[in-house]
Amino acid sequence: MSTIKISPTRSTVIDARGPRFGAVITTAVLATALATSNLWVIVAQAIVFAIGAFRGPQFTPYAAIFRNVVKPRLKSEVVTEDVRPPQFAQSVGLLFALTAIVGSLTGISAIFIIAVSFALAAAFLNAAFNFCLGCEIYLLILRLR
Amino acid sequence: MKSLIPIVVVLSIASAYGIWYQRSRGVIKAQNKAGIITEEMIGAALGSRVTLVQFSSAFCTPCRATRALLENVVEGLNDVVHIDIDAEDHLALVRQLNILSTPTTLIVNSSGQEVGRAVGAPKREQVLNALSAIR
Repeated sequence: MSTIKISPTRSTVIDARGPRFGAVITTAVLATALATSNLWVIVAQAIVFAIGAFRGPQFTPYAAIFRNVVKPRLKSEVVTEDVRPPQFAQSVGLLFALTAIVGSLTGISAIFIIAVSFALAAAFLNAAFNFCLGCEIYLLILRLR
Repeated sequence: MKSLIPIVVVLSIASAYGIWYQRSRGVIKAQNKAGIITEEMIGAALGSRVTLVQFSSAFCTPCRATRALLENVVEGLNDVVHIDIDAEDHLALVRQLNILSTPTTLIVNSSGQEVGRAVGAPKREQVLNALSAIR
């Protein structure tokens, strides 16, 4: 019959393949950070997460690589998505990266390893399984309030 | 290179979860102990045969796809209604109905009984099958 929308939402849409490609690079960078325990690798990734979280995932260096190198070579149909879900995921990534930096600076390597592991798991799930972090945790966070 | 063990552990656990995630998302599970959904609860009139009650949130990509699919499915069916509820604005209802993630779609019969529930974006065929099973 009809669809009743209780709360309509409107926002910027982007090519959904962009954040997915970004997640592939993020997975590689976070795996490197975990393997080497190198502070500067996670600092670099934290900067990328910060750009994605505050300006939007379409403004990160990874998105620039996608636009200039990957996208012209893709033949698949363009699927768009709301910018807010990947932006939310970037914010969560930033939180983990900052926690890892704190762990590294204070010399508590367990904090570094656990924080990077969670970020790596989320990025890998997004890259390999199209995992939607916002879908799974946003409501749980709200329900805690 | 210090150790590859943490990477192997993380990717193994994530892969196991990822496979479960992909298999379970969108599957419509029959509900037989679920409660009654009233028009007061969802703020809209129930369909005369079926109501598809979708819970969405802002940070959810498959919510858009689910909305588009369900809008399309109910088009031309005059006894089925689709309702899209913003979970964030209806947290009491979310808690009451035990909605844990978005999109979650409840399949509600004419008497308000929740007979099925899909967590994640369902497939068209599954929705059509579920609808045809309800008189």
